[in-house]
Amino acid sequence: MLNPRYEVAFKLYPYERVADQEGAPVRHPVVIVGGGPVGMALALDLGKRGTPVLVLDDHEGVGQGSRAICFAKRTLEIADRLGFGTALRDKGIVWNVGKVFHGESQIFEFNLQPETGHRNPAFINLQQPYFERLLVEEIRRAQADGAPIEIRGGNRLTGLVDKGEYVVAEVETPDGDYALEADWLVACDGARSPVRESLNLGFEGRVFEDNFLIADVRMKAQFPTERWFWFEPPFKDAGQSALLHKQPDDVWRLDFQLGWDIDRAVELEPSRVRARVGAMLGADVEYELFWTSIYTFQCRRMETFRHGNVFFAGDAAHQVSPFGARGANSGIQDAENLAWKLDLVARGVASDGLLDSYSAERVAAAEENILNSTRATDFLTPKSDISRIFRNAVLDLAGACAFARPLVNSGRLSLPTVYDGLPLNGPDELDGPQCSRVGAPCVDLQLGNGFLLDQLSGDFTLMTIDAQALESLSEAGVNVSRLALSATDDPSGALRERYLGQAKSAVYLIRPDQHIVARWPAFDEAVVRAAIGMALGKA
Amino acid sequence: MNLTLDPNIEDADGFYEELLEAHRELSKADSDAFNARLILVLCNHIGDRKIIRAALDAAKALNG
Repeated sequence: MLNPRYEVAFKLYPYERVADQEGAPVRHPVVIVGGGPVGMALALDLGKRGTPVLVLDDHEGVGQGSRAICFAKRTLEIADRLGFGTALRDKGIVWNVGKVFHGESQIFEFNLQPETGHRNPAFINLQQPYFERLLVEEIRRAQADGAPIEIRGGNRLTGLVDKGEYVVAEVETPDGDYALEADWLVACDGARSPVRESLNLGFEGRVFEDNFLIADVRMKAQFPTERWFWFEPPFKDAGQSALLHKQPDDVWRLDFQLGWDIDRAVELEPSRVRARVGAMLGADVEYELFWTSIYTFQCRRMETFRHGNVFFAGDAAHQVSPFGARGANSGIQDAENLAWKLDLVARGVASDGLLDSYSAERVAAAEENILNSTRATDFLTPKSDISRIFRNAVLDLAGACAFARPLVNSGRLSLPTVYDGLPLNGPDELDGPQCSRVGAPCVDLQLGNGFLLDQLSGDFTLMTIDAQALESLSEAGVNVSRLALSATDDPSGALRERYLGQAKSAVYLIRPDQHIVARWPAFDEAVVRAAIGMALGKA
Repeated sequence: MNLTLDPNIEDADGFYEELLEAHRELSKADSDAFNARLILVLCNHIGDRKIIRAALDAAKALNG
């Protein structure tokens, strides 16, 4: 066997010898390196679109440890489009409310989703191994329905050569090495990305000098399903900040900010962890230590996420602090951004230039995530005396003064990035609401017994609200179907509020990833066709 | 509205006395914390980011 890098929680794709391992290297259209949440989401999306995809993973299943636990609304919406959103919601813990404490006193609470009419909550909490298992189970269902997805466990990438038209990958298996070729290769192989290393590409950014202890404990407790966050926690040895957050199976995430100068081995000793946990939960609470880990973090990214025929997604491309749940969630958005583009280019519908927009759009998203993550970290870990003085002044004021509460930053929770001002965007000619401007992902709302996003199936859509248009049109090899709505269909008024504003009618052109390409007050075939061309990178 | 750097406080001496009075008997740490709270309260009252930025720039430029 290959030397494992971590313990496997669920064995989902055991190594099997395949015919590719004999003879001359076999060419694949798309090879994904790394079967984590990002790689598997990309594989599922491509496979459901009909583009053959091969996933290489150097283990035989998903790794142990809760790791990512907050899956955001946009991730759930993407999972709904891919078919496993219900499974995630059924297993996950829904939460919307957060409370912030300073010492003993609660300084405020917030509700992340005050608006109604969305299928999905702001967040669910779910241990990462469950997320990955439910995703792989959906891949198995898709495979049974004929989706051309292949997963090879126990296959480790050991070398990569870019031949210009294609890449050659060297792969190590328990039966020895073999080579394969790929038209496109996507590295979803994590923050230490071996693909990035083998191509000798930079990964620049900032290291934050702080250590955080995670103790996931299993207990029957009556704490509500909310995110509780303490600055200067009142429990003994809890460090600078602490977090309490519920996960499924009666598991609770406890997180303590320990500072920079610590001895990791000592802090991870079970007796030491137990003393800290006991001080937080109370001496009489019975619990079992489920998973412990100390992490530090960095905020950094690659300069560009495309290098010839090789793409980078998720942590391989960008790394953020965990505060704000922007790691796995932004990686899933990378996957959905790349999937429809690779599919159209692999099928010869769009030209290679469309793939450049993946990097442009997701670099912009990574910038936004790193900015938010850095700001939260600077608030949590003041870097100088004066930054600590201001931070504590904000906390002192926040209890009594509403104005100071928006300044308190324990992580701004992950929202999808709006692709403002980027090259695939068409015209924004509607005097409509900000939330549905060009570049934004469509905002959900209830329509009859279902939801708007369910009707955006994953192809280009022309959504009309009280406007005439062609029923369908085909441009540059892409079929666009119409979704005809009327403001009178929605008695709640959400359709009007989220898509019309003051306008009487609207026409929205929507991409396969549900981002808005262009919008107008009325349909004009020539301008719609031109906007489709732009969205395919032809402008 | 632009940032005013012209005299704008009635009874300048009285204001200055009040400012110092607020700090009297505070330790250095408490004074620093007080100043931070005061700056945050005043910035919120101004609200306009353009004016706050102009004030930050003025304070930088007028150093000594």
